[in-house]
Amino acid sequence: MNFLAPIGRVFIAFLVATGRLVAFAAVSVSHCVRPPFYGRSIGRQMIQIGYFSLPVVGLTAIFTGMVLALQSYTGFARLNAESAIATVVVLSMTRELGPVLAGLMVAGRVGAAIAAEVGTMRVTEQIDALATLSTNPYKYLIVPRLIAGVATLPILVLVADIIGVFGGYAVSVHSLDFNAANYLKLTWEFLQPLDVITGLVKAAVFGFLITLMGCYHGFHSRGGAQGVGAAATNAVVSSSVLILASNYMLTTAFFGA
Amino acid sequence: MTAPTGEAKIELRGLKKSFGAKTVLDGIDLSVGAGESVVIIGGSGTGKSVTLKCILGLLWPDAGSVLIDGIDVTALSGRAREAHTAKIGMLFQGSALFDSLTVWENVAFALKTRSGVSNREARNIALGKLAQVGLGSDVAALSPAELSGGMQKRVALARAIATDPEIVFFDEPTTGLDPIMGDIINRLIVDCVRQLGATAVSITHDMASARRIADRIAMLHEGRIVWDGPAGDIDSSGNDFVDQFVHGRAEGPIEMAVRG
Repeated sequence: MNFLAPIGRVFIAFLVATGRLVAFAAVSVSHCVRPPFYGRSIGRQMIQIGYFSLPVVGLTAIFTGMVLALQSYTGFARLNAESAIATVVVLSMTRELGPVLAGLMVAGRVGAAIAAEVGTMRVTEQIDALATLSTNPYKYLIVPRLIAGVATLPILVLVADIIGVFGGYAVSVHSLDFNAANYLKLTWEFLQPLDVITGLVKAAVFGFLITLMGCYHGFHSRGGAQGVGAAATNAVVSSSVLILASNYMLTTAFFGA
Repeated sequence: MTAPTGEAKIELRGLKKSFGAKTVLDGIDLSVGAGESVVIIGGSGTGKSVTLKCILGLLWPDAGSVLIDGIDVTALSGRAREAHTAKIGMLFQGSALFDSLTVWENVAFALKTRSGVSNREARNIALGKLAQVGLGSDVAALSPAELSGGMQKRVALARAIATDPEIVFFDEPTTGLDPIMGDIINRLIVDCVRQLGATAVSITHDMASARRIADRIAMLHEGRIVWDGPAGDIDSSGNDFVDQFVHGRAEGPIEMAVRG
């Protein structure tokens, strides 16, 4: 039965890691609602996480919208259903691609940065120093990042939705010879508020996951430069996987299996 | 410099801490009187830092108690514990300055967490503390990364004493400094502690530093205090562990774990 031991070890390690993560998340969230609050830190993190992610999210969105229009044209033209392109673009962007792609881009940009910064603070004893200076590290370091992530990701996704739809519009009107007014009318016709709202809810969840994984891996990093590097990698990989997995679960919850 | 009341400011009773299968602290008993300066010496990996972290509440001991002013802080939690650790200032080995803040913001950090201290007041106190460690107002607006190691150590010292703590911890205060800068830091530590009237606990493996700072020296080996006595007795302790350590001999009762 010895061959079962390694499997069991991996499974137990997985459970331990999950438990630690859930405990970390619970403590962090509990500090979100208890004073003192560090308003300036929250503002600074919103600029770091939200504002500075605009270019990369915008670029991702515009190319995605453009390629969506091109590819769906290829398919729908064979069925003489070109008029569906506008609807396909706007629904794909708002429901799925806007939140998921913005989430993945922010995970790469912000998740790694958070893990590296918090991890460096851990290995240089700055987090211990905070505690000796009457400052709770969760409140000072973790809470501002979590709040900024949850607050700014929906805004980023809203911007991504608009830019993505514009990308589809530009390709359709300029390369595929659509009538501009007609394309816009078709875009609006089948779009419902729920399509956008569910996307924004997803974005808030992704914002939480990205910042949580960045903080968690940074907070528990050890062993100098190598440890910080591993923390950054783990933060990006785990938050990307969690984004894709939770996206499926959220879609199921919103729209049924 | 032992307190007239003779009451212990900090008392460790049977402190134990293990990490996995590795026992780091194996029943530490140590008492530090108010106003006394105790230096804990010992080789690398003997649990000196872990001891300080247990007192600070950064680590939870597995067994035993930590008494500060007669109150067992390991039995406290949350706010009550924080109120007790607020009495302690700490100088970290690597200085641990916040690199996102300027020098004076680092020093004023703990002051700003207190209500009723304005920004201007905090800055003035910070400048005063910087002057106390021999740094002018010209460095106040710099970032810690722009300073040399010795200057960073001074800023860290100013930060540790900024709130006039009753207890100050020094973690390897001279490590990584040249002997002259090391001596300057040692002298600043002695001056600052005397001026505050604070209780000081330092950990070091630098004997020159220990001799200068300590009223009393305790030697830690394999998670236990093996010797404890006045600093003046360190050369005539009659303890083989202490003798080997003080003279830095490779042969003796202490066997360093050397991995090939």
